[in-house]
Amino acid sequence: MNRGLAGARERRVRTGGIELCVAELGDAAQPTVVLVHGYPDSKEVWEEVALRLQDRFHVVLYDVRGCGRSTAPQPLRGGFTLEKLTDDFLAVADAVSPDAPVHLVGHDWGSVQGWEFATVARTEGRIASFTSVSGPSLDHFGHWLNRRISRPTPRRAAQLLGQGARSWYVYALHTPRLPEAAWRGPLGARWPRILERLERLPADGYPTASLPSDAAHGAWLYRDNVRSRLRRPRPDAYAHVPVQLIVPTGDRYLSQHLYDDLEQWAPQLVRHTLEGQHWVPRTRPDQLAAWIAEFITSQESRADGAGAPAARTPAAKGPYAERFGGRLVLVTGAAGGIGRATAFAFAEAGARVVAVDRDAEGASRTAELARLIGAPAAWGECADVADEQAMEKLAAKVAAEYGVVDVLVNNAGIGLSGTFMDTSAEDWRRVLDVNLWGVIHGCRTFGRQMAERGQGGHIVNTASAAAFQPSRALAAYSTSKAAVLMLSECLRAELAGQGIGVSAICPGIVNTGITTAARFTGVSEEEQQRRRARTAKLYGLRNYPPEKVADAVLQAVLHDRAVVPVTPEAHGLRFLSRFTPRVRRALARIEPKL
Amino acid sequence: MAAVVGAPGSPRARTGPGAGELGGFREVQRLAYACAEEVAAQLRPGVTEREAARMQREWLRRRGVRDWFHLPFAWFGDRTAFAGFRVPLQFFPTGRRLEPGMPFILDMAPVHRGFTADIGYSGCLGPNPLHDRLMADLGAHRELILREVRERRTLREIYADVDRLMARQGHANRHRAYPFGVIAHKVDRVRERRWSPHVFGFGTQSLKGLASDALHGHREGWSPLWSPYRFSDHPPQPGLWAVEPHLGFRGTGAKFEELLVVTDSRDPQESAFWLDDDLPHVRRGQEGRAA
Repeated sequence: MNRGLAGARERRVRTGGIELCVAELGDAAQPTVVLVHGYPDSKEVWEEVALRLQDRFHVVLYDVRGCGRSTAPQPLRGGFTLEKLTDDFLAVADAVSPDAPVHLVGHDWGSVQGWEFATVARTEGRIASFTSVSGPSLDHFGHWLNRRISRPTPRRAAQLLGQGARSWYVYALHTPRLPEAAWRGPLGARWPRILERLERLPADGYPTASLPSDAAHGAWLYRDNVRSRLRRPRPDAYAHVPVQLIVPTGDRYLSQHLYDDLEQWAPQLVRHTLEGQHWVPRTRPDQLAAWIAEFITSQESRADGAGAPAARTPAAKGPYAERFGGRLVLVTGAAGGIGRATAFAFAEAGARVVAVDRDAEGASRTAELARLIGAPAAWGECADVADEQAMEKLAAKVAAEYGVVDVLVNNAGIGLSGTFMDTSAEDWRRVLDVNLWGVIHGCRTFGRQMAERGQGGHIVNTASAAAFQPSRALAAYSTSKAAVLMLSECLRAELAGQGIGVSAICPGIVNTGITTAARFTGVSEEEQQRRRARTAKLYGLRNYPPEKVADAVLQAVLHDRAVVPVTPEAHGLRFLSRFTPRVRRALARIEPKL
Repeated sequence: MAAVVGAPGSPRARTGPGAGELGGFREVQRLAYACAEEVAAQLRPGVTEREAARMQREWLRRRGVRDWFHLPFAWFGDRTAFAGFRVPLQFFPTGRRLEPGMPFILDMAPVHRGFTADIGYSGCLGPNPLHDRLMADLGAHRELILREVRERRTLREIYADVDRLMARQGHANRHRAYPFGVIAHKVDRVRERRWSPHVFGFGTQSLKGLASDALHGHREGWSPLWSPYRFSDHPPQPGLWAVEPHLGFRGTGAKFEELLVVTDSRDPQESAFWLDDDLPHVRRGQEGRAA
């Protein structure tokens, strides 16, 4: 039996000969959010998100006709058209929020319905905003197909074939009776395990027991709507409400290109991408709830007229902003060089940034500038990454005050130049403490929080081109960075199952402050100064900007890359290490003249 | 401030300019800043860099300016940070149009009655907190430069210290993009001629002065260009220096440029001072600190 939602008030709404089961959470005086589920689901798919929204909003969920504890229309054929589903939605909205328009959120078929509600005239004034997750409008989809069929350029043809292959289940659902038999039989019984294995849903009692009949009835959603709408899409399917689009990047059923032309139908569209598979309401509830709440709050304040947003930096656009907007990013070594540039790049994309450094003043300066260029919030924190206790304290503080980190960049590092024989035990300890243990502490503390939350994330470790190029002059440094590279690869393998990506960045020669703080072993203080100045000058002549490395970091997270050489020399050395190890060893013997 | 410096009759190159001369320089610098403020007030969305440069040129011509150290420049948007500049021709005004919230820089160097000014004015079309931050950060550079010149540090060291402060602040050094990477250059009186042509935007009279300074300096071990290179490894040379630190931060740039007076006085206060402390960016800094 369905267990229902914990603490929800339930009521039944009669409409068009059926009875809908409606659940409400939170204070009814707050803005109302209606969450609509997809196929094959029931309203419980939204449970995790609803629980996170109930403190701030009046959250309403209902079982779509034929699903969960709502009754099914008789006969089934013709009972699931979008017109009837719109009647259902209006009946629910009138029952739960008769005076004020509601904020609509839909996932999968809930989103397909949501697009219908948001684009037909009779719902005007009843919807305040619409958040679409993994479900295109059938009308927009129809136009999308027509455009690609009528002028199939190679790219368009590829997009068409890609979505065509992803839609296999739609064709299957059009066969008579067989889908029902499968759902009521073996498929229904195995479905929870399939979701767990293929879609990485947590095994927490979802889907509910009503799944076989939900899925069997829901097949009529496809049969009643898909063919007719795709054949004759409405030409006027323009959204009359503000729309937020959330696209999971790993969706097996829907291509990201479906939304390419969406601005045409929904002006001022807010876009987000979320790394995850189709069932993000189950797998990424934190982020989903955060974006829904933010969008609703901004729409509410605009409606009040209070939020004439004065002189705010314009919202960033582009793939980085879609992916990192509102996410929490922590960067170590953020008071200068690559760390600072990385913090700024994330800030420009609209991420919330925690800048960590030994240099408290530099870290807070990074945070201050990050706020000025678009980070909704940024904090500077003082910590030495080599200090285990300090890192644990920092992790506890960050988790308590800012939340679980979505992207962790273990960037702090120091330079040490000198042969093995010239390097003292103390030097070894220092360089390994910062370059290797710093990364280990970061991954152990923040990485563990990320893994325990179970909602994905990404770890970026800054290795070096020295990680694959040995050199007699960089014994300790290269060793520490090679260890970071291997650590990243091992961790990547370990965390892959939990949706957490790990990348190792290998920059190469980049013009940063690392040279002025580097130590040269086995020489006098005066000679040390001279070599520092000399390397700083050489790095200055090379003049590869840290901003380009920062861009590589964002790319690495966006595309989940494992090892990322950045400068041309880093690419070259990596090539040598893979294909001509002899040349690499010969290079290692050269003693650089400084 | 306008103290008489140096014994009368002594060679100017060694003592710095006299009081009467300073008045003339101050006057033309004020004129140039007045032009910048007036033109800045007239900037509207859609105005191009070329139009802004022409507005400056015409405003100053109407007030009697006939010769230039260099013709007025105008940079809008990310061109204020010299984003993607590879060749010097990119400094010249383009058809880039001003948009709301965009930073801009007006840079002009008129010669008026034989006195040269070289100024840079940074502003923004509408409120921009990042630009305010940059302007506040420039204030620290103004103090640093004056302090270290008074300490008679070598120009090359001061340049490196400015670089370090910029790095600490999180900014990029954009004056490195100027010819020879200069943070400052000497200016001097220019003979008034009926015909004063300019090449590549620079007045030939002023270039002649600069070249003759370079020649003298080469013999005596100093340079009229304040650069990061070895030829600037000498203490500040008495005279007038147009100092122009230029910060860049991700597509937003800001600079000021004004005249610094260097003399050979032993009194630190009089050994170097800003020609005029009543300039827009200085007033803005004081208001910011008071607020």
